[in-house]
Amino acid sequence: MTDSPEPFIQIRDLHKSFGDLKVLQGINLDIPAGEMVSVIGPSGSGKSTLLRVLMTLERPEQGEVLIGGEPLYSMDGEGHTTLPPKAQFRALRNRIGMVFQHFNLFPHMTVLRNVTEAPVRVLGVSRKDAKAEAMKYLDEVGLAEKADAYPAQLSGGQKQRVAIARALAMHPEIMLFDEITSALDPELVGGILALLDRLGKRKEMTMLIVTHHMNFARQSSDRVLFFDGGVILEDGKPDDIFTHPTHDRTREFLKSVLEV
Amino acid sequence: MNLSLATGAQWDWAFAWEILPQLLSAMRVTVTATLLGMSLAVFGGLLLVMMRRSHIKTLSRSGYWTIEFIRGTPLLIQLYFFYYVLPEYGLQQSAMVTGVLALGLHYSSYMAEVYRAGIDAVPKGQWEAATALNFPPKRTFFTLILPQAIPPIVPASGNYLVAMFKDSVLLSTITVTEVLYTARDDIGSDRFRYLEPLTLVGVLFLIVSLISVAGIRRLERHLEKKR
Amino acid sequence: MSFAPPFDLLPPLLVGLGKTLQLTAGGILLCVLLALFAGLGKVSGIPPLRWLANIYVEIFRGTSALVQLFWFFFVLPFFGVSLEPMLAGILVLGLNSGAYGAEVVRGAIQAVSHGQKEAATALGFTPRQTLWRILLPQAVVSMLPPMSNVFIELLKNSALVSVISVHDLTFVAQIHRADSLRTTAIFSIVLVLYFAVAQGLSRGMSFLEKRLSRGRDLGGVKA
Repeated sequence: MTDSPEPFIQIRDLHKSFGDLKVLQGINLDIPAGEMVSVIGPSGSGKSTLLRVLMTLERPEQGEVLIGGEPLYSMDGEGHTTLPPKAQFRALRNRIGMVFQHFNLFPHMTVLRNVTEAPVRVLGVSRKDAKAEAMKYLDEVGLAEKADAYPAQLSGGQKQRVAIARALAMHPEIMLFDEITSALDPELVGGILALLDRLGKRKEMTMLIVTHHMNFARQSSDRVLFFDGGVILEDGKPDDIFTHPTHDRTREFLKSVLEV
Repeated sequence: MNLSLATGAQWDWAFAWEILPQLLSAMRVTVTATLLGMSLAVFGGLLLVMMRRSHIKTLSRSGYWTIEFIRGTPLLIQLYFFYYVLPEYGLQQSAMVTGVLALGLHYSSYMAEVYRAGIDAVPKGQWEAATALNFPPKRTFFTLILPQAIPPIVPASGNYLVAMFKDSVLLSTITVTEVLYTARDDIGSDRFRYLEPLTLVGVLFLIVSLISVAGIRRLERHLEKKR
Repeated sequence: MSFAPPFDLLPPLLVGLGKTLQLTAGGILLCVLLALFAGLGKVSGIPPLRWLANIYVEIFRGTSALVQLFWFFFVLPFFGVSLEPMLAGILVLGLNSGAYGAEVVRGAIQAVSHGQKEAATALGFTPRQTLWRILLPQAVVSMLPPMSNVFIELLKNSALVSVISVHDLTFVAQIHRADSLRTTAIFSIVLVLYFAVAQGLSRGMSFLEKRLSRGRDLGGVKA
């Protein structure tokens, strides 16, 4: 782990359940700014739920989360999670961005509009500036010439690139990637992973990436978390985890996915 | 618009209690007309949908246009048509029979759509499997497809039964002494009070509708679970 | 019984048709407004708004249009509110269809995929912005086909207004039936006229639907 004075993301004893199903059972995690973290583990182990809780799409029952020292979730006297005042909550949430498995582009807007809408409406950027910046990001993901197309006219890989550009345009300090290649045809996956790798190398954002691509996790990320049964079973440098994991469960999991 | 705020209307409970039995008894006519009309519509709809699904082009096309035409014209006019036109051709029946016929015909077109949706919801693979097993087409339809189509058909028909129940008050316009006729023409114009009779009719309908709709929703959930 | 060519009946019937079209247009306008308000009310996060919308929808869907019409025309004067027949007609047609339309609006908004709402949240849109800029524009296209049915029911219900003596197509037909005893000809023409308007309405709505969905895929995932 990096030695920084205060970790950018601090997660303490985070719990989340859906009905009787306990999905997160006490997550503790510190992430320094600019780190690129891959999250691996069997399905249903709570990886995506952690991302969704950080994005405030799900509310935890228990636990604390600090972003840059400010509480996103904190505990009240009775051990329940409470939110900060609305304005503060919203401001904090705006520092976090997310890319989804199923893209979730707005089908009634052009590609350009998809990327500019939030900067204009949420951040109050002028349409002209938003457009100039959007073109920069679209260029970065290699889709500048598709600016006037509608999402329906794009391939899955192109849709996901637009979704990444859309999230980048909000200048998030933290970016969450939730299995963003799972819905893509195999031949389109490589390009998206290369793009992630490029973004990670810049160290401009703290990135959490839930992925099934072990090679990517091993070669591109600074750190790997192995989730199992709602807890972080393994946390360390990619090479350490892939070469000598400390738990049998990790060994079994890696064996099963690497054999395929 | 005339705004005269002079008259202070007062709800008269005694009057309301007095007329309630008369309204409830007229409700029996309403319910009878609805049930008879629905029985007609259940068969009429089946007939129309079989026409529509026919392989004979003229038959399926006339089925389509019949459904469109009945659905695209007001029930009230269909009612008048039966009431005023049929006797000119020597077909004289009571107002009640005319009303039931019109209700049945009008809702046949809705029922045809209900059947169609139910049949379309049966996966195409079922037809293909039947063909692969060399079932004759008629057998396929009646013994394989129709039984599978019924679960979605039942609640949808229930909704139209409630709709027909509400529409049956149109029979008052051709002098059937159902509940609205009783409220307006028998009680209302006699006693010069419309507030209680008409409000009571509204409340009676609301109660029946709310209970039926809740029942249909339960049935729907029950059928969904069984799948 | 008489089979004289019915052309002489057309002018008065067409005047009635004009009234029917006015009733329908006014009713549709009110219906759309009410459907939007009540439909949004039904999905609102504010409980009193939700209750209000639910009460409105249940009352007007739970009773028949003719009873509502009589109530507005015969009972409201008891409370000192006398409405002209035409106004009462438009009000009842709009209120009645608006209740059905509210269900259409609610259904269409709730049918927009959950991922759209999540993406909007992740981008920092407020709930209000999410509703107006993300959910509603997508829902509008899927509202059109069921709304078309609601409008056609409204057109058909407009015939009821003849019983409170609005001189619409049905009313004119009744008068001339009594005068000329050419019942078959009159009611046949009237049926055809209503059917033509209904067809026009439904064609117009499908045209609108095609226009609005051009170039966009509102189903979510591309085939």
